[in-house]
Amino acid sequence: MVQYNKQYPTPRPDVNEDTIDYWMLMQETKQLHVQKCKNCGTYSHPPRPVCHNCRQFKLEWVPTTGKGTVYSYVIYYRSVHPGFEVPYEVVLVELEEGVRIISNMIDCKPDEIYIGMPVEVVVDQVWEDLALPKFKRRNT
Amino acid sequence: MENLCDKTAIVGIGRTEISRNCGRTELKMATEAILDAVEDAGLNIEDIDGMINYTMDTAEQIEIVRSLGIPNLSFFSKTPYGGGGSCGTIAHAAAAVHAGLANYVVCVRSIRDASAPVKIGDFDTSKSSYNSDVYWGMYLPYGLITPVSWIGMFTQRYMHEYGIQDGAFFPIAQVARENANRNPHALFYNRPLTYEEYMDSPMNVTPLRRHDCCVNVDGAVAIIVTTADRAQHLKQRPAYISGVSQGMSTNGEQMTSFYRPDITGYPEIEEYGKKIFKMAGVTPQDIDVAQFYDAFSSEIPMQLEALGFVSKGEGVAYCEGGHRIRPDGELPINTSGGLMSEGYVHGMNLIAEGVRQIRGTSTTQIKDAELSLVTGGPGVPTGGLILKRR
Ligand SMILES: [Zn+2]
Repeated sequence: MVQYNKQYPTPRPDVNEDTIDYWMLMQETKQLHVQKCKNCGTYSHPPRPVCHNCRQFKLEWVPTTGKGTVYSYVIYYRSVHPGFEVPYEVVLVELEEGVRIISNMIDCKPDEIYIGMPVEVVVDQVWEDLALPKFKRRNT
Repeated sequence: MENLCDKTAIVGIGRTEISRNCGRTELKMATEAILDAVEDAGLNIEDIDGMINYTMDTAEQIEIVRSLGIPNLSFFSKTPYGGGGSCGTIAHAAAAVHAGLANYVVCVRSIRDASAPVKIGDFDTSKSSYNSDVYWGMYLPYGLITPVSWIGMFTQRYMHEYGIQDGAFFPIAQVARENANRNPHALFYNRPLTYEEYMDSPMNVTPLRRHDCCVNVDGAVAIIVTTADRAQHLKQRPAYISGVSQGMSTNGEQMTSFYRPDITGYPEIEEYGKKIFKMAGVTPQDIDVAQFYDAFSSEIPMQLEALGFVSKGEGVAYCEGGHRIRPDGELPINTSGGLMSEGYVHGMNLIAEGVRQIRGTSTTQIKDAELSLVTGGPGVPTGGLILKRR
C-alpha cells in the first residue's frame, strides 16, 4: 500500500484527447472504465485512438466489473521519489475483461501480495479533482 | 531484398574513461570519443560525413559538428528508446554507407547519468521532464518510476512461471564481475563480487537486488562504420557487419510492455534475432562470443531464450554455476564486464567490446573469435548485431 508524504507532491497524469475520458469517467462515476470496440468487441488499455484489432475508430468507454487478479508486481525498497514512502508495491492487475492495468493496493502490506491474488478496484481520491483506480483484496 | 551481410564494417572505436563524476559536459565527452575513434580507424575528422546518436543524447549533433569542425554531414539520424537504440545506430549506419548516403558514419553515445543534475532513479519532481508526458500518466502516479521497476515487473512474472528462486541470477552478475576484474577500464576493475556480498546487498526493487543492477556512470563511446571496400584499406582489422536489425513489435510500449499475452518473453528480440541470424547465414550455436545488454541480470536469460540459444524457460538453468558463460565456456558473455560491471554506457560500450573480440584485443579475449554477437536493451524497441572476422 502506498503511503504518500504530502510534503512532496507525487506526479499527476497529464492527459490529451485520447486519455482524458479515462480520468474524467473515474472522477465523475467513481468507476473504472476501459475502451471497448463497438465493431469487434476488443478491449483496449492503456487508451488508444483506434481499435488495434479491426482498425475501426469505434472505441467506446465501458465500465469494468472491477474484478481481477494480480498478474505481476514489484516492491520498491529504495526510495526514488520522496512522495512515495518505502516500502511500497506496484501491481499489474489482469481484469476480468482481459486487459491489464498498473496500480497500487490499498489494504495490504507489500509482502502479503502474490501473483494470482484476487483483487477488486477501489477509488482513491488522491486529489480533489482527480481519482486513481486502486485495488483491494477480494474474497472469492 | 539484397543482403547486407558483410557489405559494411566497423573500422574505428573510441571512448572516454568510465567514471562516477566526469566533471565535463556530454558534448565534450562525445567529441573526445569521436576523435579517439577517428584516430583508431586511421581517418581524419574531415572524413566523417554521417552521424547517429540516441534521441536521449543531450550532446546535440550540430554542436558536435561545430565543436569538431566537421565540414559537412550528408546523413544524420537518431535512434529512440534508450538502450534499445544501441545496435540500431549500427543498422542506420550500415544502411547509409551501403546506399551511398555517406562514406564514414560515426555512431556515438555520451551519457552522464552519474553526475548530471537530473537523472532517472533519483527523481526530482520540480525538474522532471517526463511527468508531462501523457504516456507516463499510467505509471508515475503509482510510483512506477524507474527502469529497475519496469524490468522487475517482467522478471517477477518470469520467476513465477518458471519457478526461479531468489539468488538464481547471481552467476550472471558474478561472471560479468570476473570479466571486469580483468579490464582496467571497468568501473568495477578492483572490486570482486562474492555470493555473500551479492545476497547481502539490499533489495532495490523486488525481485532485483543491488547487484542485479547496473550503476549509473559518466562516459562516451564512438563507433565508425564504412563500406567493406573502404574498410580493407584502413588501419584496423575490419569487424564485418554480418547481421544487423532493429525490432519493434506490436502491443509494446517504451518500457512497460505489460499487455501482451506473455510477458516472460520479448517478441521484438525474437523478430530481430530471426533477421540477423538469417542475414548472417549462421545460427546461435555458431556464435563465439556475445555481449548481451545487461542493465539488469535477469535480462540475460530472457535474451538467451528470445534469441534461440536455449528453449523457453531454460535461460536461468543455462547460466547456473556460470561455467557455460565464462571465457572457457560454450558461450562466453559480456567479456568487458558488461553494463553491470564495466559500466552503463547505454549499450554502446558493448558494441566496442564486440569489435575488440573480432580484432583480438579484449582483456578477456576469446581465442579465434570469428562471430561476435551484440544486443540492445530489452523491454523496449531494440536491435541486435552480428560481427564477423574474415
Ligand atoms: Zn475493433
